[in-house]
Amino acid sequence: MEEDQGMSNMGSYEEKIEQFSWEQAEQELGYQKDAMINIGYYCSDRICETGRAAKLALIWEGYSGEIKQYTFNDLRIHTNTIARFLQNLGIQAGDRICLFMDKIPELYFGFLGILKMGGIAQPLFSAFGGESLLTRLEDAQTIAIMTQKKHLGKVRKILPDIAFLKYVIVVDDDGSKPLQESEISFNLEKENPVENFETFPTTAETPSVLHYTSGTTGKPKGAQHVHYSLIAQYITSKFVLDLNNDDIYWCTADPGWVTGTSYGIIGPWANGITQCVLDAGFKAETWYKFIQDHKVTVWYSAPTAIRSLMKEGLEPIQKYNLTSLRHLCSVGEPLNAEAVIWSEAAYGLPFYDTFWQTETGSMMICNYPGMKIKPGSMGKPFPGITATVVDLKSHEPLQKPGVVGLIAIKPGWPSMFRNYWNNEATYKSKFIKGWYICGDRASIDEDGYFWFVGRDDDVINTGGHLVGPFEIESALLEHEAVAESAVVGKPDPVNMEVVKAFIALKPGFEASDMIKLQIMNFIRKRLSPLAMPQEIEFLDALPKTRSGKIMRRLLRAKEWGEEIGDTSTLEND
Amino acid sequence: MADVRDVVLEYVIDEYLEDEDQEISYDTPLISGGIVDSFSMVSLKVFLETNYKIQIPDAKATPEAFDSVNKIVALLKEFGVE
Repeated sequence: MEEDQGMSNMGSYEEKIEQFSWEQAEQELGYQKDAMINIGYYCSDRICETGRAAKLALIWEGYSGEIKQYTFNDLRIHTNTIARFLQNLGIQAGDRICLFMDKIPELYFGFLGILKMGGIAQPLFSAFGGESLLTRLEDAQTIAIMTQKKHLGKVRKILPDIAFLKYVIVVDDDGSKPLQESEISFNLEKENPVENFETFPTTAETPSVLHYTSGTTGKPKGAQHVHYSLIAQYITSKFVLDLNNDDIYWCTADPGWVTGTSYGIIGPWANGITQCVLDAGFKAETWYKFIQDHKVTVWYSAPTAIRSLMKEGLEPIQKYNLTSLRHLCSVGEPLNAEAVIWSEAAYGLPFYDTFWQTETGSMMICNYPGMKIKPGSMGKPFPGITATVVDLKSHEPLQKPGVVGLIAIKPGWPSMFRNYWNNEATYKSKFIKGWYICGDRASIDEDGYFWFVGRDDDVINTGGHLVGPFEIESALLEHEAVAESAVVGKPDPVNMEVVKAFIALKPGFEASDMIKLQIMNFIRKRLSPLAMPQEIEFLDALPKTRSGKIMRRLLRAKEWGEEIGDTSTLEND
Repeated sequence: MADVRDVVLEYVIDEYLEDEDQEISYDTPLISGGIVDSFSMVSLKVFLETNYKIQIPDAKATPEAFDSVNKIVALLKEFGVE
């Protein structure tokens, strides 16, 4: 697909590579080194101060069709009100405050309100089960959780197990059912609006956001970001999402995950862009109607959603007017060439794939409006980012095109994570020979385009979200019927991978569809729907090494139709 | 024998409904209403297959077909479950 430099913010990629510096973003935002930088301020107050107070910041639609609209001045006042409320409770700068909500307006205002008062926002996916929630709150020693009535049941169950959690703030309490002793009612519409709030003077390296991500082993890790991340999130939103003043932008990601905060809150609002949020489950016609009704111009979604839309075909598209769309981007997992080509045929526009991670905080390797797309490719490094692939063992950069290695990025970009919470050793282990090692394999072609190959570990990427096999295996062992288990990713045409569990049952339990269903529901409620095995295979015993370690690698290779490799250590082979 | 609609409704309430105060009917949107997501839909499908001893092909197990108890009941009818 040929490049269309047209009127894009990026213009010529090659020229931008030559000219770019992060200082451009600093200057545009009026930031001076060592001065105060607070994401909450930059996304609300600053937009008002630059003459856009009356501009729409958020158009929100609920699943029942209810619509709410908020200007940047509303955003400023609501975030002030939440910040003051948290301060009045006695919550201090640096405290961790969890956001455990669906995509309701309070989630977006709460995120910025926490940052304004100097707190560290810890957004968690509201579909998480009790165990997933507990693990992450314990690790972060979270002091407060902001949630909705509908999720209170899960919070109440784990409350006795969390020593640090002092405040449970219920943002939609309508008084219909009494709250419990430790629970605090907060209703944005009933609170006295706070016109003036003195934003906490955070600086570049002040912690801002804690996003949890899964690894192959151990508990989920909290990637800790800082307020200076704004610089990268602002400028990548401008150049990659190509956001302009008149755009109506829709990011389909949930702020429980990093895309939903970096590009569902910070990037667009720091640019003063009107964004839409749809708080409803996936349904092709609902999505198309949403685009039509709100005249969405820039759409940032995920391959799983795009492939689900492909499955529905062209018929639903023809029922709606989607001509407002002008730029489409994708993130979460590699976007296959078929999806890029299909979107060009279906919407008259290709999806531009972007690659980045929870740890990177902003886009790293992307396709741009000012650059030719090679369908199926990850694109090229964002200007200001030095990326390469390094040898799997020596970690030296590979010079030859087409050779598969590990994606590596030179540290120092503004939104790089600064630590894993309480886990500096693992943080340090991600940096080898002066490179941040992403954990993904890719090759670079002769034109400098990156091509994704797969993960370099056992972490499962399902629907664009990383799920750790160890966390699921540990939870499975808590089921009364499970003797041992191994969890792997299985190829899936829509979600890229889905969770598959191999299970050996305890004596006295027999494999059946009913026990399979019980185990699925057990994991879904304990961890999350993402972690629930979509497939369970019962085995008499799992393959193990002679030292007794389950050979997950062997089971994964079988699912992917790959060579099994060296089995010399396999027990009873 | 229990009415299929009630069996499905009761299962959805017991397994998927987080908000104890929310009342749902046979027509409440399950998928677009955020009560059952696309991942959880798989377990609902396994329940229907196990309970009614049928096999629902993936092509039929769409978010549209699972979007309410009544729609699920209509789908089950195609497999002779009434």
